[in-house]
Amino acid sequence: MKICVDLKTCKLHGQCIIAAPDLFAFEADGKLRWVEHPAESQRKAAEDAADVCPEQAIVIED
Amino acid sequence: MAGGVLIVGASLGGLRLAEQLRAADYAGPITIVGAERHKPYNRPPLSKDVLLDVPADEKVHDIEPGQLAFGIRPSLADVTWLLGQPAVSADLNKQIVTLADGCTLNYDGLGIATGLTPRRLPFSGGEADRHVVRTIDDAVRLRQALSPGARVVVAGGGFVGCEVAASATKRGCSVTVVEPLPAPMCRSIGQELAVAIQTYHEANGVQFRLGTTISNIACEHLGERRLRSVALSDDTELPADVLIEATGSTCNAGWLNGNGLDLTDGVLTDDAMRAGGTEHVVAVGDVARFPNSRYGAVARRVEHWAIPGLTAKRAAASLAASLLGRAPDLSAFNPIPTFWSDQFGIRLQSMGMPGLADRTELIEGSLSAIGEANGPGLAIGYWRGEALAGVVTIGLPVARLSQYRAMLD
Repeated sequence: MKICVDLKTCKLHGQCIIAAPDLFAFEADGKLRWVEHPAESQRKAAEDAADVCPEQAIVIED
Repeated sequence: MAGGVLIVGASLGGLRLAEQLRAADYAGPITIVGAERHKPYNRPPLSKDVLLDVPADEKVHDIEPGQLAFGIRPSLADVTWLLGQPAVSADLNKQIVTLADGCTLNYDGLGIATGLTPRRLPFSGGEADRHVVRTIDDAVRLRQALSPGARVVVAGGGFVGCEVAASATKRGCSVTVVEPLPAPMCRSIGQELAVAIQTYHEANGVQFRLGTTISNIACEHLGERRLRSVALSDDTELPADVLIEATGSTCNAGWLNGNGLDLTDGVLTDDAMRAGGTEHVVAVGDVARFPNSRYGAVARRVEHWAIPGLTAKRAAASLAASLLGRAPDLSAFNPIPTFWSDQFGIRLQSMGMPGLADRTELIEGSLSAIGEANGPGLAIGYWRGEALAGVVTIGLPVARLSQYRAMLD
């Protein structure tokens, strides 16, 4: 599983961080950081983050 | 035909319900019926980006949702889509739904996700210049009307009205918002913040006629389709080339009449999103009126973007439990609603239910700094009695949202 974020589409709403704090975070510089290859056990959290993104910028690739 | 799960409504709520049914181990047939001809797409950009991006070679009747379309998960590859066919009636005893073309579908489980229809002003005439913004087709039609210099009247100063007003102003239109309340958006965010945002809108060129309603519309000749002006309740008149009606919505629940459901304001459900006391009928999204134990026993509809996803997850657990013979999820259902609104480059972010508050207080920042580049931003707390019911922020670093959200939990 791979988490892809289209940073051209991302408008930094921050919903992914609320939905999946173990996978997404903002760094001190304000940029979004995420776990690119999460464990299979984190799939649900990753999908939740993708679902709540208002810009639908997060795609889970298998 | 059909059988299995029938989902009526092919927008965000219907899509998420189908996804979550699969995630909850329901592997049977799923049919999704939609009134629009499009597969599910994201609606928030319709009042913003879609109105601003004008492709050079736009064809009026040939627009697909394109990049607005939601991705369809592999788990939904076998879903049957019946699009462009609204449901017109249902018999919940016989477990049958009838579509506009007369086709009937039976089901084992029913998902109600039919959403809203914009309310129209109760006047006839001027139809060619009157608009609403709910569907991609609406937005494309409006985009073509927003030519620079056009005189635009927006009926309703809620979030949709204010977003559309900002977009139309950016397109070079001359925009006036007519709102019956003393400030725009004030029912949702309170007067203090509402006035500050109004000031920011005015600095960007939007005009407001507050405490005022539209009392009539005038065309060049009686019964004509072209608009000339709108008459206001204070006996003044506004010349208008375009009228955008953003005065709220009504629920698409009429097709469920005659089944003993409480359809007073949308479809009443229990806190497992089940309607009418049945285990195999659920409702999700804008049309669902559900109790949220975080905010008392009163059932409410919540027209926020996050609600279809949150209610779909709960509804899918209920429906899957019923269909697969499992025990239902009886844990508390108390989601924290969130929404955002982009207007002239500022982003307002709301968490919780600020509209329920009896008292507001600026927690940090400054109301007069709205829109200032590198300004301090602001956060306003909304208290209901002793409890913090909601927080609205503008221009704060996003990392701070989690902190405020934690205060609401």
